[in-house]
Amino acid sequence: MMKVSARQWFRQGHPWVWLNAGAVAISMTMVFGLLGFIAVKGVSHFWPKSLVEFDYTTPEGKVEPILGEFLDRETVSAERLRQTHVALASKVEFVERVQVKVGNRDVTGRDFRWVLNDYITAPRYPEQATVFERREWGNFYGYPIGILENGQPIPASPEDVWPMLSERLARALALHDSIRTIEVSEIGRVNYEIEKWRLKRKAHELNHTYTAERQAEFAAQQARFDTEYKTLQAQLRTLYQEIKRDALVVETVDGQQKVLEVGRLVRAYQPNNMSGWAKALLYVERLREFVFDEPREANTEGGVFPAIFGTVTMVMVMSIIVTPFGVVAAIYLREYATQGPLTRAIRIAVNNLAGVPSIVYGVFGLGFFVYAIGGSIDQVFYQESLPSPMFGTPGLLWAALTLALLTVPVVIVATEEGLARIPRAVREGSLALGATKAETLWRVVLPMASPAIMTGLILAIARAAGEVAPLMLVGVVKLAPNLPMDFNAPFIHLERKFMHLGFHIYDVGFQSPNVEAARPLVYATAFLLVAVIAVLNLSAVMVRNRLRERYKSLEH
Amino acid sequence: MNKVNVDTTRVPPLPSIPSYAPVLRRVKDRLARAVIALGGGGVIIAIMLIFCYLLYEVIPLFVPASMTFRASQSWTENEKSITSKKGSSNEFGLLDELGEVLVYWNDEGYVLMRRQSGERIQQVRFRDVISAPDNVKPRVVPNSVTNAPTFALLRPGFLELFDIQFDVIYPEHGGRQVVPRIQPTFESPLVLPDKLADRNSATRHSAINRETFTDAVSTFRRTEDSLAWAGSWPDGRVVVQKWNLETGLFDESLQAVADTTYVVDLPDGAAQKLLLGPNLRWLYAIQPGGVLRVYDLQRDRPAIVFTLDLPDQREITASQFLLGSVSLLLGDSGGRVSQIASFRNSDNTYQFAILRHFDLSDAAITHIESEQRRKGFVTVDANGQLFLSNTTSERVVLTHPLNKNRVGLPVLSPRADTLVMVNTAGIHAFDVQNKHPEVSWSSLWQKVWYEGYAEPDYLWQSSAANNDFEPKMSLVPLSFGTLKAAFYAMLLAMPLAICGAVFTAYFMAPSLRRKVKPAIELMEALPTVILGFLAGLWLAPLVEQNLVGIFSILFLTPLIFLLTAVGIMALPVSIRHRIAPPGWEPLVLIPALIVSISVSMSISDPIQSAFFGGDVSIWLRDEWGITYRQRNALVVGFAMGFAVIPTIFSIAEDAIFAVPKSLTQGSLALGASPWQTLVRVVLPTASPGIFSAVMIGFGRAVGETMIVLMATGNTPIMDFNIFEGFRTLSANIAVELPEAEVHSTHFRILFLAALVLFLFTFVLNTTAEYVRQRLREKYGSL
Repeated sequence: MMKVSARQWFRQGHPWVWLNAGAVAISMTMVFGLLGFIAVKGVSHFWPKSLVEFDYTTPEGKVEPILGEFLDRETVSAERLRQTHVALASKVEFVERVQVKVGNRDVTGRDFRWVLNDYITAPRYPEQATVFERREWGNFYGYPIGILENGQPIPASPEDVWPMLSERLARALALHDSIRTIEVSEIGRVNYEIEKWRLKRKAHELNHTYTAERQAEFAAQQARFDTEYKTLQAQLRTLYQEIKRDALVVETVDGQQKVLEVGRLVRAYQPNNMSGWAKALLYVERLREFVFDEPREANTEGGVFPAIFGTVTMVMVMSIIVTPFGVVAAIYLREYATQGPLTRAIRIAVNNLAGVPSIVYGVFGLGFFVYAIGGSIDQVFYQESLPSPMFGTPGLLWAALTLALLTVPVVIVATEEGLARIPRAVREGSLALGATKAETLWRVVLPMASPAIMTGLILAIARAAGEVAPLMLVGVVKLAPNLPMDFNAPFIHLERKFMHLGFHIYDVGFQSPNVEAARPLVYATAFLLVAVIAVLNLSAVMVRNRLRERYKSLEH
Repeated sequence: MNKVNVDTTRVPPLPSIPSYAPVLRRVKDRLARAVIALGGGGVIIAIMLIFCYLLYEVIPLFVPASMTFRASQSWTENEKSITSKKGSSNEFGLLDELGEVLVYWNDEGYVLMRRQSGERIQQVRFRDVISAPDNVKPRVVPNSVTNAPTFALLRPGFLELFDIQFDVIYPEHGGRQVVPRIQPTFESPLVLPDKLADRNSATRHSAINRETFTDAVSTFRRTEDSLAWAGSWPDGRVVVQKWNLETGLFDESLQAVADTTYVVDLPDGAAQKLLLGPNLRWLYAIQPGGVLRVYDLQRDRPAIVFTLDLPDQREITASQFLLGSVSLLLGDSGGRVSQIASFRNSDNTYQFAILRHFDLSDAAITHIESEQRRKGFVTVDANGQLFLSNTTSERVVLTHPLNKNRVGLPVLSPRADTLVMVNTAGIHAFDVQNKHPEVSWSSLWQKVWYEGYAEPDYLWQSSAANNDFEPKMSLVPLSFGTLKAAFYAMLLAMPLAICGAVFTAYFMAPSLRRKVKPAIELMEALPTVILGFLAGLWLAPLVEQNLVGIFSILFLTPLIFLLTAVGIMALPVSIRHRIAPPGWEPLVLIPALIVSISVSMSISDPIQSAFFGGDVSIWLRDEWGITYRQRNALVVGFAMGFAVIPTIFSIAEDAIFAVPKSLTQGSLALGASPWQTLVRVVLPTASPGIFSAVMIGFGRAVGETMIVLMATGNTPIMDFNIFEGFRTLSANIAVELPEAEVHSTHFRILFLAALVLFLFTFVLNTTAEYVRQRLREKYGSL
C-alpha cells in the first residue's frame, strides 16, 4: 500500500516540487544568513571584549604569559601547521587554535597571534588589565603603574594611578581637540586663502595686468597671511607643549616597562573591571566615534565620517542632476513622443542601459567627463592653475554625473510606469475643463505621478550608493584631505576628490598593509552601507505600495 | 477627482486647446512642449553618446598610418666632400628627441644640421681630426645597437669611440634649442689585441695582426659596464675583444680595461656582417649565401647555437636588431624580412627561432631601421618602396612608394613621428602618423609569438619595468576569464534562481510569496563590494580549509531535502498539513538545509584527514598537479552566483506568474498533476521569459567588477581549473585604466575592452527584451 502511493508520489512529480521549494529555502537562507552575518560581525565589533591573561607553553616548550582579546577559534589540520614549521606530535591530526589580539605592535611587532588551545594554561581576567587605544601603533594592552609629569614621576599609590589617568586623559583630549581645530579649520582656511591669492596673481600675470599697484596689494596681503600664520603657529606650539606634559608608565604582561604619552592616547579602559552598563556606554561611545570621527592609521582605525559624508554628498548631487532629466525624458517618451516603433526602440534601449556594466560608465566618465570636458574647462577658465588640473582630474562632480547617467534609466522607467498608471480619464477631465496640456501635466499628472518619481529616485539612490567600480575611475580616493563641503567660499567644492563607504571597504579590506587588524572595521562599514541601502529600498517599496493604494479607487 | 469613472474606450480623440485660451497660456504650453522635447531628446542622446564616445576613443586604434613629405635640404659644397663618397654602405644617421637635429656620419666624417631651418652646425672630416698615416683611412664601425648615440672609428690597431649628446638649452630670447655635441668617450683610443694566436687552429692559420684589421668587417656594442668589439678576418676567424668600463675614482672619466679575447672560427670564410647581442653574450655572423650563424660567447669556448640558411639562394642584404635586441631582423634579396629571436626552452637553455616573416616586396631589402620606443621598423627596398611594420601585430602598417630622388638611408626620430631619408643629394623629411601600430586583429584575438617565449600564446601584460619591453595585449585571456567567472556564477545561480522562481510563482502560498519576493529582490540592491569583500576575506579561507565540506553541501543538500520530503509524506495528513501546509514547504526545508550544512562541515575535517592527508589543497597539488589558489573560480562562482540570483529570479518569476490561469486550470481539469501541468504547460509557455532572465543574468555576471576584483587573484591566465584565479575584462579596466597614459595604445585598448563589454551586454539585453515583449504580446490576449 505504502509502496504504491510512493510510486504515485514520484510519478506526480512531488520530489521535484520539494526540490524547487529547496531552492527557495537556499535563497532565503543565503539572503538572511548574509544580512545577519554582516549585522552580527559589524555591530559586535564595538563591544568591549574582556582581556584574558594566560600562560602559553609553545610547542617548543617555552612558557610565556600572554595578555589579549580572544577573537576567533578554528580547527586546522596539523598537516597545514607542519608545513609552516610548527613542531607537533606526529599522531595529532587536528588542532584547535585561537586567534588572540595581543596589540603592542611597537613592542612585539605583531598585533595578532594564533595560539594552540591545548597549550593554554591558567586563563585569568585581571581587573587592572587595561586597553589603551592609541593614535598610532594600534592598541596597547598592559598595566598602568605610574604617571610622569614633565618627565618627573608623580608619587602615587597604584590604586591612584587609574583615576589620575582618567583626569589627565580628559585634559589631553580637550587639548587635542583645540589642536585639531587650529590645524584643520584655521590653518586650512589660511592656506585656502593663500592659494586663492596665488591663483589670482598668476591670472594677472598671464593677462599682463600685474601692475605695480597690484604688486603692492598682493604683498600686503601676503604679509597679512604671514602674521596670521605665525600667530597660529605660536598657538599650536604652546598647545603641543601642554599636551606633551603628561606621560604614563605601563608594564606589559611580560614585565617590560614602557612610557606612553597621554597626548597620544584616544582612550583607556579596564574591560574586566567594567559593569555591563559601563560597557554599554563605552559601546555607544565607540559607535559614535565610528560614525562621526575621522579615520586613523591609514583608515584601519577611528571613524568613517569622511566616507559617509562623501557618499551622501555625491548621492545628493547625483539626485539633483538625475531627477529633472529622468522625469523630463519620461514625460517626453510617454506624453509627447509619437508612440511608434522608434519610441519602442528607444524604450528598449533605455531599459537595456540599466544592464550595461557599471565599469563601462566609469570608463566613459573618465574619458568624456574628466579628460574631454574637464580638460576643456581647465583650458578655458582655470588657465592660471595649470598644469595642475582643477576639473581635468577625477572629482565629485564627475562622479555624480557618471552615476546620474548610470541611474537615469531607473528614474525614466519608474516615472514612465507611474505615468502609465494614471487613468486617461483624469487627463481628459482636465483638458475638458479648458486646461492646456502643460497645465494638465503640471497640475494633475505630475502630482499624481510623484510617488512613482520618488520610487525611481530612491531606487536610483540605492543603486548609486552601492556602486564602487565606476567611482574608482572618476573621483574616489583612499584618503581625501578635505571634505567636499566646508566653510570656505563657495562652500561646495565639486572639483574635490572624496571618500566613499564602498571604496573604503575595498581599500581597507584589500589594499591596507594590516588587513587582519582592519577586518572588524570593514564589517562595521559594510553593515553601515547595507543598512543605508536596505532602508532606502524598503522605503521605495513602501512608497510604491502607497502609490498603488492611491490608484486602486481610480481603476475599474 | 477620485470619483471620475469614464469608459475610456468610447471617448472621442482629445480636443485641441480651446481657442479662447489666453495667448500667454498658449505660449507657456508651447514652451513646455519645447523644453520637454529638448530635455527628453537630450537625455536620450546623452545615453547614445556613451556608445559614440567609446567608439570615438577606439577608432584611432584602427586608423591606418600615413606619411607625408615635408621638405628637402640639399647638401652644401662643403658637406658634399663628406656625403658624396660612394662605394661604402657604412653610413649612419641619428635624430634627437624632437627630430630637430640630424647627425649623419660615414667613413669620411660627420655632418650636424638642423633639419627644419636648414641651419648648418658643423662638418668634420675624420682625416682632419684623427692623427693617422695618410695612406690609412679610418673606417666607421657599425654599432650593433640600433640608434645608439655612440659611434666608433677603426684605424690600424686602435678603436676610438665617440658619444653624441643632445643638450637642451633655453636661450634668453625664449624657446628651446638643442645643441649637439660629439666628443670622444675615452681619453685615449682603445688598443686592439695584438698578434693573437688561435689556440685551436694554430697550425692552419697565421697569427692575426691587429695592424691589418681596418679592412675587416667589424662591429661594437656598449653596455652599462662593458664594451665589446668583433672583427672578421678573411680566413673565417672572428676576433672578439671585451673591455670592462670603470668610472675614474677622482674624475668622472670613463676607463676601459681590457678583458677577455675570444676567437671564433667561422666555416665558409669571412663574415659579411657581424652583430653583438645584448649582454655581449651572442655573436651573430652573417655570411654570403644567406647564412646566419649565432655563437654563444659565455661558454668556455664560443659555441655555435643556431644556424640559418635562407632557401632559394637568397642573400641577407640588411639586418638590424629590434628594440631591446632580443630579436634580429634580417632582410634578404627576395624582399622578405625575418624576425629571429632567442628564448629559453623548457630545459632552461637558450634557443633561437624564426618568429615570423614579412613578405614585403619582390626586390631586395636595402635598409632596415628600428623604432626606438616600439617593436616597429622601417624597411626600404631596392625599388625605392618604404614599408612601416610592427612585429607584435604582424602588420605592415604602411607601404609608401618613394620618389626616386628621395631614396636613401632612413633615419627615424625617437618618437617615430619624423622620418628623414638621407642620400647623396640631400635630406628629405617626412611626417609620419603611426600612433598605434601594435594593434591588429591578430594581436588582440589570436596567438602571438612574443619575443622571449617558446611558442605563440595568448598573453596580457600591458606594462613592465623596462622600456624595451614588448606590450602583450591579447584580449583573449581577459575574455576567457570573464566567461569563466560568468560560467561558474551561472552554474550556481541558474538552478537556484529558476527553481526558486518556479516554486514561488506556481506553488507558493500567496501570503508567503508577498514576503519572499521582495526579500530576494532586496538582494539585488546589495552592493557587490560587500559580496566581494566577504568572498575574498571570509569565504575564500573557509573554502580552502573545508573543501570537502563545501562539495559535500552541494551533494548532500538535495538528498536531505528529499529525505525530509519523504519523511513528511509518511506523516498522517492532519499533522502533515500542520507542519508543512502546501505552499509553505520552503520553511520546513530551512532547518533541513542547516542540518545539511552542519553535517557537511563536521565531516569535512575527518574526511580530509582520512583520505586527503589532512589538507586537500596540498593533496591536489601533489597527487594531481592541480594548483590551488585561495581566491579562485569556485569562490567567485559562489559570490557572483549570489549576485545574479535575484536578477534571474525576479524576471523568471514574473514570466511564470504571467502564464494565464486559464491554461493551467484547463490542464488541471483534464487530470494532470500540478507538476505535470508545470512541466507540460507552464514552463513551455514561460520559457522565452526564463530564457530572457538567464540572458540578463549572464549579462550582469559578465560585467560585474568588484566581486572578481576582490575574490580572484587577478592573474590573467587561461586555465579551466576551477581552483585557479583569472582576470576579467572589467576588473582589468578597474585596475589599469587609472594608471594608463591618456590616449596611449594601452588606454585605447582598455576603452576597446569597455566597448566590447558594452556591446556584448547590450546585444544580450536587447535580445532578452525582444523575446520578453514578444511573449507579452502573445499571451497578453489570453
